[in-house]
Amino acid sequence: MIKSNSGIRKTDVINRRMFIIGAAKVVVFLGIVARLFSLQINENKKYLTLSDKNRIREWKLPPTRGNIVDYFGNVIAGNLKVYQLHIIPEQVENFNYLLVRLKNLLNLSDKRIARINKLKAELKPWDSIIVSENLSWSQFVKINNYLYDLVGVKPVMTISRNYPFNDIYTHVLGYVSQPNEQEILENETIQERFVPGMKIGKLGLEKRLENHLIGTNAIQRYEVNAYGKRINQLEHQKGQQGSKIRLTVDTEIQKACGELLNEKAGSISVMDIYTGDIIAMYSSPSYDPNLFLFGISQDEWQLIRNNPLKPLINKTLSGLYSPGSTIKPIVALSALENKVIDTKFKVKCTGKMELYGQTFHCWKEKGHGWVSLKNAMKQSCDTYFYEVARLLGVDRLNKTAEKFGLGKKVLGEYFDNEKKGLFPNTVWKKNNLGKGWVLGETLITGIGQGYTQTTPLQLCMMTAQIANGGYAIKPKIIVDSNPVSYEDAKQSMESGLLFDADSQELLDKKLFIDKKNIKIVQEAMFASTNERFGTSYKSRIDNPKYQFAGKTGTAQVKRISKRERELDLELEQIPYKDRDHALYVAYGPYVNPRYALSIIVEHGGSGSKAAAPIAKKLFKLIIDRHDLRNKQSNFERITV
Amino acid sequence: MFQHDRLNNEITLFQKIKNLDYILLISVILLSVLSVFVMYSTDGGEILFHTKNHFVKLAVFFPLMIFVAFFNIKFWHNFSYIIYVIVILLLIYVSFFGIKSSGSQRWMDLYLFVLQPSELMKVAIIMCLAKYFHRLKIENVNSFTSITIVLSIIITPIIFVISQPDLGTSILIALSGLIILWLAGMKIKYFIYSFITFLISLPFIISFLKPYQKLRILTFLDPDRDPLGAGYQIIQSKIAIGSGGLNGKGFLKGTQSYLDFLPEKHTDFIFTLFSEEFGFIGSVGLLILYTIIIFRIVRIGAISRSNFARLFCFGYAFAIFIYIVVNLSMVLGLLPIVGSPLPIMSYGGSSMLATMIGFGIVLSAKINHKQMIA
Repeated sequence: MIKSNSGIRKTDVINRRMFIIGAAKVVVFLGIVARLFSLQINENKKYLTLSDKNRIREWKLPPTRGNIVDYFGNVIAGNLKVYQLHIIPEQVENFNYLLVRLKNLLNLSDKRIARINKLKAELKPWDSIIVSENLSWSQFVKINNYLYDLVGVKPVMTISRNYPFNDIYTHVLGYVSQPNEQEILENETIQERFVPGMKIGKLGLEKRLENHLIGTNAIQRYEVNAYGKRINQLEHQKGQQGSKIRLTVDTEIQKACGELLNEKAGSISVMDIYTGDIIAMYSSPSYDPNLFLFGISQDEWQLIRNNPLKPLINKTLSGLYSPGSTIKPIVALSALENKVIDTKFKVKCTGKMELYGQTFHCWKEKGHGWVSLKNAMKQSCDTYFYEVARLLGVDRLNKTAEKFGLGKKVLGEYFDNEKKGLFPNTVWKKNNLGKGWVLGETLITGIGQGYTQTTPLQLCMMTAQIANGGYAIKPKIIVDSNPVSYEDAKQSMESGLLFDADSQELLDKKLFIDKKNIKIVQEAMFASTNERFGTSYKSRIDNPKYQFAGKTGTAQVKRISKRERELDLELEQIPYKDRDHALYVAYGPYVNPRYALSIIVEHGGSGSKAAAPIAKKLFKLIIDRHDLRNKQSNFERITV
Repeated sequence: MFQHDRLNNEITLFQKIKNLDYILLISVILLSVLSVFVMYSTDGGEILFHTKNHFVKLAVFFPLMIFVAFFNIKFWHNFSYIIYVIVILLLIYVSFFGIKSSGSQRWMDLYLFVLQPSELMKVAIIMCLAKYFHRLKIENVNSFTSITIVLSIIITPIIFVISQPDLGTSILIALSGLIILWLAGMKIKYFIYSFITFLISLPFIISFLKPYQKLRILTFLDPDRDPLGAGYQIIQSKIAIGSGGLNGKGFLKGTQSYLDFLPEKHTDFIFTLFSEEFGFIGSVGLLILYTIIIFRIVRIGAISRSNFARLFCFGYAFAIFIYIVVNLSMVLGLLPIVGSPLPIMSYGGSSMLATMIGFGIVLSAKINHKQMIA
């Protein structure tokens, strides 16, 4: 019984202790349930987010740049499908064999092969390696033919910038290329949308309008595994192409400018005298921006860089030239406005003028005899303008010149390479050179030599503002949201007030004191081109539809020594870099004018021989395209 | 007495089958089926290596459980010590000739499958101690001799297992042994004293831990200290479970496991995958299934006439409970990471073999619950 009792007691102990354990088990299990509840119910959202963050990864694709079109809607900077070749290493059976095959098929350089091998070592096996960025169609076909043998190779079609008119618009548009680190850091939009392989604007409007042109990335959402490998595509969000931008330029005229300046260094600018639209803006020589898209080769780059005609410089905006005689209309206007002279005022030209022992020569050694304003302008008599400048003084001349846009940027906000030039006055000299103004300097300023430096576009604008009757215009190259028609612009201008879109105000745009004076200058310019003995008489067009008025200019690049003056060398006998720049400014048609232009041929010799004939050829085209342009003016309103 | 003996000896196969605990049996079958599906999910929705092997093991070990059950409980009682000694010998064998893998030496190659003797020890120790206390008079439970003996029984296998090294399994073996001491009536104060001693010597013990074990404890205290290294498993496990929500992401739709964010998803972290795909409801359901199993085992222990059967059932029920708790606490971030499988669910032959043998002995106790053991 004792044993049995003991057995019973033992069983009791076991059962009692089991009960305690059982209770503990319930508590622990409830604790686990509570933990599950807190993770799965209370904090579910947090962990769901974390889980999605784990598994979903976004891939940004390069955005498609907006097109740039000319005034007529022709694409001048567009996008082209290009064929690329990618390798996906993990799908390749024999990497070395593949490289040998590709090397033979595409003529890859050893350097390129080494680069591919390096990329392969750096990238994950499922990341694609770009073997060739821009395959020709025949290469693409060849690859596709041999695809059965090229396991792991993926021919890809993608989009790249394209400039269909090659070198015609380079100095306006600039070009795109791979950004460097600095450029990515500087621009937040680029930073945000950057993907490897993306190209950004490096120069010109492509650079300035980057944020408008860039477009938004297409986004592909993929589910990835723990190692970052894409498992499947969840979503494809289409990107938006960048804004389309319409320029005021006319490709036909721009092309003509290119042809006229072929093989020469120089610049042509054409401007609408009422709206300020830039019709053409060509700097010669130019280069093909398409070369930069996939990395320019060293040879091609050296060829451009070392060209003595300096194709990399945008001469229209960054080229600084003495205006030469093209400044004379402004000198005349300034003198008339300040009542220093009138139409009857005459000066006797003897071929030179003496001042304080210094001799100032007229271009015509024998002299012009007694000349009035009209004759002086017509024959570009230097002596007359020495005298006028002497009477006027440089400070009054400076005021008029600056009013007409000299010494200021014309398109400043759009091109960071634009120069503002210089029109001197006495204060400027004192402040910058620390010396007092000398009267002799006034004389040479009066014929556009000396300190004065102008860009071709400034001269074009100056001419346009004389042509439109003396009203300020704001040149522009981009068609804005509310394009003002030619007629509206002309009408509001002639009422003397202009609506300024930027300040939303009516502004007084009159640049003259007496309208009559503008007319006098216009008549003098007309005579210069259309009357016998005019400097550009040979380049005139008699048909009133195309008839234009202009002023030649010949800018010395170095002081002419006495000996040289006596020698009177022919152009070919002078070394290229010592030859004068040939200039010509003009507007037309003379009755009811519409367009102004400026032409500069670097080291071309005299303006009448080298520059004015170009205007004759160009004017016909410009006027002929006017009606087309007028019809086109409201075709599509594209905002920047 | 005679009558009882006769009665038990004459028990027929039919009666044996009739006497099986069907609720326990069905629960185990349910759990097995569930485990195959979960394994199928870890294979990414395909019948691959793990699914196939897991199924084959179930197909072998489930009948083995019934086979074990058909032996009289008396038989298991008689062989308890021998089984314990055999497993100790296997542990010794492993410590000399075992297969090394990822820094530890725990396995032996049996050609058909690789056996981990320490898993068997989890059951063997319960059998051995149950047998020891079965005969021991209650008065002697707290005697110096008996305490010395039982402690040696517990410590001997632990020495081998801990030197493999395998901290997780040794803790589970120790807890399985200690629970029998508790049930047998060892004085509560001994437990309290040893617990206090344990706490005091904890810094000392920690200094003996291997660097990776210390790291696990540090990681447990702050998983974010190295989210891509040591803390990765626990962080990803919590993300998987937490993102499962109420209903789960759905069968075969657990992104965390499918996309390989979960480590060890076949073995120790199997619950994580299950919980991600079946959510809070599924997880609680699984816990209920385990609770039923534990409850049935306790109930079988409670109706058993012999203290051996009673102690074994109670002890084994606790062991199952503690495996679940350690495993779930680990994946839920409540305990440091110690390798411990979830019974039946986790992939692993030895663990399943031991668990099935345990269930078999429990069922044997049920069939023979009226059996007295002298």
